[in-house]
Amino acid sequence: MGALLTPALGTVVWASIAFLAVLFMLRRFAWGPILAALNDREQSIAGALNEADRVRKEMEELSASNENQLKEARAERDKMMREAREMADQMVADAKNKARDAADKEIASAKDAIAVERKAAIAELKAEVGNLSLEIAERLLREKLESNDEQKALVNRLIDESPLN
Amino acid sequence: MSRFLSSFAILLTLAFAGGNSGLWAQDHDAGTHDAEHDHAEHGHAEKHAHTEDAEHDHAEHHAHNEEFVAGEFIIHHIADAHDIHLFGDVHIPLPVLLFIEGEGLQVFMSSAFEGHGHGDKHYACDEGIDYTMHAEDTVLENDVAVVSGGISAQREGQQLTVYDFSITKSVFGMLFILSMMLWMFISIAGSYKKNPGKAPKGMANALEPLILFIRDEIAKPSIGDKVDKFMPFLLTVFFFIFFCNLLGLVPFLGGFNITGTIGVTVVLATLVFLLTNFNGNKHYWGHLFWPPGVPLPVKFILVPIEVFGIIMKPAVLMIRLTANISAGHIIILAFTSLIFIFGDGGTAIASGSGMGIFSTAFMIFMYFLELLVAFLQAFVFTLLAAIYFGDATHDPAHH
Repeated sequence: MGALLTPALGTVVWASIAFLAVLFMLRRFAWGPILAALNDREQSIAGALNEADRVRKEMEELSASNENQLKEARAERDKMMREAREMADQMVADAKNKARDAADKEIASAKDAIAVERKAAIAELKAEVGNLSLEIAERLLREKLESNDEQKALVNRLIDESPLN
Repeated sequence: MSRFLSSFAILLTLAFAGGNSGLWAQDHDAGTHDAEHDHAEHGHAEKHAHTEDAEHDHAEHHAHNEEFVAGEFIIHHIADAHDIHLFGDVHIPLPVLLFIEGEGLQVFMSSAFEGHGHGDKHYACDEGIDYTMHAEDTVLENDVAVVSGGISAQREGQQLTVYDFSITKSVFGMLFILSMMLWMFISIAGSYKKNPGKAPKGMANALEPLILFIRDEIAKPSIGDKVDKFMPFLLTVFFFIFFCNLLGLVPFLGGFNITGTIGVTVVLATLVFLLTNFNGNKHYWGHLFWPPGVPLPVKFILVPIEVFGIIMKPAVLMIRLTANISAGHIIILAFTSLIFIFGDGGTAIASGSGMGIFSTAFMIFMYFLELLVAFLQAFVFTLLAAIYFGDATHDPAHH
């Protein structure tokens, strides 16, 4: 039993030397690099995950803002189209009005001109008729009026000669 | 929190399992003690008879149809030895290194000792020194106690003072495991350097979960932010104990019992003791010598207990590990012994075979249990060491 319960000097010495030597060698050449590598890898994985998260959030924001922009653009377009349509309608209406006005004016002036012409024509006709009557009367007076027949012939001739035809 | 709870649950289970195997060991110890005692008397009687007949007839002693003594058989197999016993009379000799006062360092192989089986073995070297490898615990004429398996030296009948630095079975196994660890972990470190940031392959892949387990489940929860300082020790100690325990379970290799050798575990426990107390902060020592929130009279009781605890905690680590691993070996050896006891030296073949079947079945179960224990004891030692380090370096301001 003594062999089990008594720490043997040689075992203690060898165990101390060997264990400490291995501990220091492993600390320098194994545990340091291994733990550093594990840490680095964990950090790079965590970094990658964070980055992915960040990018995804950014993408979400981006797509949301895209949506907004699209909505705004659509509204803008609708507004512009409406305005354009209104403007076009306005223009057409204006043009119609203007054309009508111009036509009315033209018609009015034409009517005026016609009235003036008619008046002038009537005045001319009156003057012509007067002149003609005077001429006829003159001729009648100048010729001898011997007979009725001659008179009648004369009137008829005069009438024939009249520019009324 | 849940992590801490799970650790606690594991600890409880361990305490229970450990307690159980401790009990078994105790029961068994009691048994072997009697047996050994009997044997001692018996052996002495036999020896007296022998001295009357012939003084030096060791061969005959061996040939003699000796009664099988389970206790001696078991102790012989779990105790450290100067050679590796494979089977029967086949031994692998190991170097014996003795520092003898007045004679200097003496080196020879353990195969130099003459004598087979039981009883003291002798080697008379050319320089005139007579070496004796004792079979039982003895007290020499110069009042020096030598344990069984120990070596004493005489010159012309005069006892010499011997310091034994031999590469014993446990030392050999320990050196083997340590060199294997050096090779393994340095090559793993190389593979990490070669592919930085890549997934581990091969051996690194196999051992990385354990390394991460120690760092994330044992060290970090117990120690906190000063964990980096203690990681090399915790990792080394964990893998050393784990691999030594596993080596002890390999059959036909001489039954290494490295972590069951008190000379090895005492070194590990001493390192835990030194690391704990050299890293102890103001808060740690303050709690030790002037526990806060305790009435003055109680302090007089508490402080000695706490101071005693400084030594007791690592000592318990040592005893727990040694006892658990030895107990596992003892149980397996006890079931092996049962076969011989029931076989009654080859005269009772039927009962021997019956027992053989039962024992083998039970030993298979025990081997599985021991595989678990091999891991658990390494885990418990590392976890408790980490908790002690955490206690010593814990900064209450951070809480």
